[in-house]
Amino acid sequence: MKNRIGTIAKKELARFFGDKRVALTTLLLPGILIYVLYTFMGSALSNMYSVDDAYAFRLSAVNLPASIQSAAEAGGLSFSPIGQDQVDSAKQELEDKELDLCAVFPENFDEAMTAYDSSSGQPAPQVSLYFNSTSSTSSQAYQLVTGLLDGYESALANKFDVNHGGETYDLASQKDTTGTVFASMLPMLLMLFLFSGCMAVAPESIAGEKERGTIATLLVTPMKRSDLAIGKILALALIALLSGISSALGTVLALPKLMGAASDQLNANVYTPADYALLGVVILSSVLLLITLISLVSCFARTIKEAQTAVIPLMIVVMFIGITAMFGDGARTEWFYYLIPLYNSVQCMVGIFSFDIEPALILATVLSNLVYTGMGVFLLTKMFNSERIMFSK
Amino acid sequence: MKTILEVQDLCKSFRLSPKQQKLEKTNSKIKKAVDHLSFSAYEGEIFGLLGPNGAGKTTTLRMLATLIRPDSGDALVDGASILSQPEDVRTKIGFLTSELKLEEFFTPNYLFDFFSELHQVPPALRDQRKKTLFQRFGIQQFAEVKVANLSTGMKQKASLAISLVHDPQIVIFDEPTNGLDVLTAKVVTDFLQELKEQGKTLIVSTHIFSLIEKICDRVGIIVNGRMVLCDTLAAVTAGQSLEDRFFELYKEVAGEEA
Repeated sequence: MKNRIGTIAKKELARFFGDKRVALTTLLLPGILIYVLYTFMGSALSNMYSVDDAYAFRLSAVNLPASIQSAAEAGGLSFSPIGQDQVDSAKQELEDKELDLCAVFPENFDEAMTAYDSSSGQPAPQVSLYFNSTSSTSSQAYQLVTGLLDGYESALANKFDVNHGGETYDLASQKDTTGTVFASMLPMLLMLFLFSGCMAVAPESIAGEKERGTIATLLVTPMKRSDLAIGKILALALIALLSGISSALGTVLALPKLMGAASDQLNANVYTPADYALLGVVILSSVLLLITLISLVSCFARTIKEAQTAVIPLMIVVMFIGITAMFGDGARTEWFYYLIPLYNSVQCMVGIFSFDIEPALILATVLSNLVYTGMGVFLLTKMFNSERIMFSK
Repeated sequence: MKTILEVQDLCKSFRLSPKQQKLEKTNSKIKKAVDHLSFSAYEGEIFGLLGPNGAGKTTTLRMLATLIRPDSGDALVDGASILSQPEDVRTKIGFLTSELKLEEFFTPNYLFDFFSELHQVPPALRDQRKKTLFQRFGIQQFAEVKVANLSTGMKQKASLAISLVHDPQIVIFDEPTNGLDVLTAKVVTDFLQELKEQGKTLIVSTHIFSLIEKICDRVGIIVNGRMVLCDTLAAVTAGQSLEDRFFELYKEVAGEEA
C-alpha cells in the first residue's frame, strides 16, 4: 500500500518539476524577489534620512553670539547673519526649501545666559530654531544645530559626564540584537512564506484535478482514498517547503540590508546548527498542517479559482497569528499554548530565535501538528469518498 | 453461461434545485435517476444499455464503477459487491467514459506506467501490454507527446489503452463512440469485439441503435431509470429494426406515465 502513496507523490512531483516555468516561478522567484525588494527598501530607507557628507548647509542666524559662531565653525557649520526684520522672509525660504535653518537668538545672548539663575523660576533665555521637517537637509541641520547648542549648554555647567569614556556602553551582544529582531519579524514572515508556498500548489493539485476531471480517473483505480490523500499531502508539503525555504533565504540574506545602520548587529551565524535543526522540525510539521488545511479547502472547492478565494480567510488568520510574535516578551512557557495549531509554530519560532525554548515545548508542537495533520488526512479521505463533494458541479 | 455481473434492484436519486424542478415540471425535490434497476451480464458477451439521454445509463455505470453509491440495491461484479468491496470491484473492471480525463500535462507513456503502478502491474508485464495496446491503437509515435497536444481521437484511444493497463475481465464503457469520427469509431468498435473474442465481458451504454445492432449480444432498454426490456438482441427486436422496436416500447412506457 505504501507503494501507491509513493506512486502518487512521485506523480505530483513529476507534474511540478516537469513544468519548468511553474517550478521556477514557485521556487526561485519568491526568494529572488524578496531579496531584491528588501535590499531596495533598505537602501531607499537609509537614503531618505542621510545627507551627502560634502553638503554645505544653508543656515542663517539673528544675533549670532561669537561663542556659538566659533563652536559652529569648529563643527563645519557657518551661519550667514541676518537682521531681525529678515526673519519673515527667512521663514518663507524655509517653506520653499531654499534655506535649511534659521536660528533666532535674543540680543545679548551671552550676558543674559550667564546672568540667568536656573533656581529663580524665571523663563530661561529663548533660542528659536526654524526648520522644515519635510526636507532631509533641513532635518539634518536641525539635529546638528540642536546638538551643537545642547553641547554648548552642558559645557557651560559641566558637573558630570555620561558615557564619555569612549568605551562600548551598549552591552547588547550581536547575539541578543539578532535574537530580538529575528524573533519579532521572522515568525510571521516564515509562516506567510510557507502559506504562500502551499497556496501555489495545493489548489492546483486538488481543486484543479477536480475541475479537469482527472481525479475521477484516479478514483476508479483500486488505490485506497487515504493513499491518494497521503501521497498528495507529502508531495505538496515538500514543494511548499522548498518554496518557503527559498523565500526565507531571501529574507535572511536581505535583512541586514533592510535594517540599514543596525546591520552590524545582525548576524544569522549566531544560531547554532542545533537551533536550525529545531527550526527545521517546527517548519516541517507546520508545512504538513498548512498543506492539509489548504488541501481540505481545495477539496471543497469546485474550481482552482474558488479554492484560491476560499483560502484567503485562512491566510488572514495565519497572518494575524504571525503578528502576535511581534508583541509580548519572548515565547510563552505554558505548555497548553503549544497545542494550539499554527500559534504553537509561531511561539516555537519566537523561542528558537530568541534562544529561549524548552525542547519539550517543541515536541508538544510537533506532535500536536502531526495529530492535526492526521485528522486532516482522515477528513480528506472522507471527502475523496464523498460523491457530493467530488462530483458536484 | 456464467453470470459475471449481477445488478440487483439498484436505486439512485438526486436532489433537484428549484430551477431544475421547474425545468422538469415537477414539485418533487428528488429525481429518481435509477429506479429499481436489475439485470445480469454473462461472461464473454457484450451487453448494451440503450436509452435516451437522461434515462439513467451513465448513473448506472458510475455506480457499477464505484464512483457513486446507490441509495439501495447492490451489484456483484465477478462476486465482489460494489457496496462492501469497492476496491476489489475496481481491480476487476476497466471503466471508460468521457468524464474521466487524463492529465494533459503528461504523455501517454508516462500515464500508462503511472496507472500500471496504481494497479500494481509488474513492470515486465506492463511493458508487454503497453507495446501491444499502443501498437493496436497507433499510439507509439505519440507516446511521448503530451496528452494536451493529442487530437480528440488520439486522446480517446490513449484513454482506452490506459483504462486497460490491468487487463480487466470486465470493461464498462459509457458512450464509446461519442464525439469520434467514423474512422476512430470503427477502431474502437472493432477493438470492443476483439476484447469479446478474448473472453472479456463488455458493458456498453449508448443511444445509438446501429452500435447496439452491430456489436451487442444482449440489450437492456432503459427509460426513466427503469429497465423496460432486457433480452438477447434477436428476442428484443423480434424481426423489427431495433429503432422501430425502441419507439414502440418508448410509446408504451411514456404513454403510461403521461
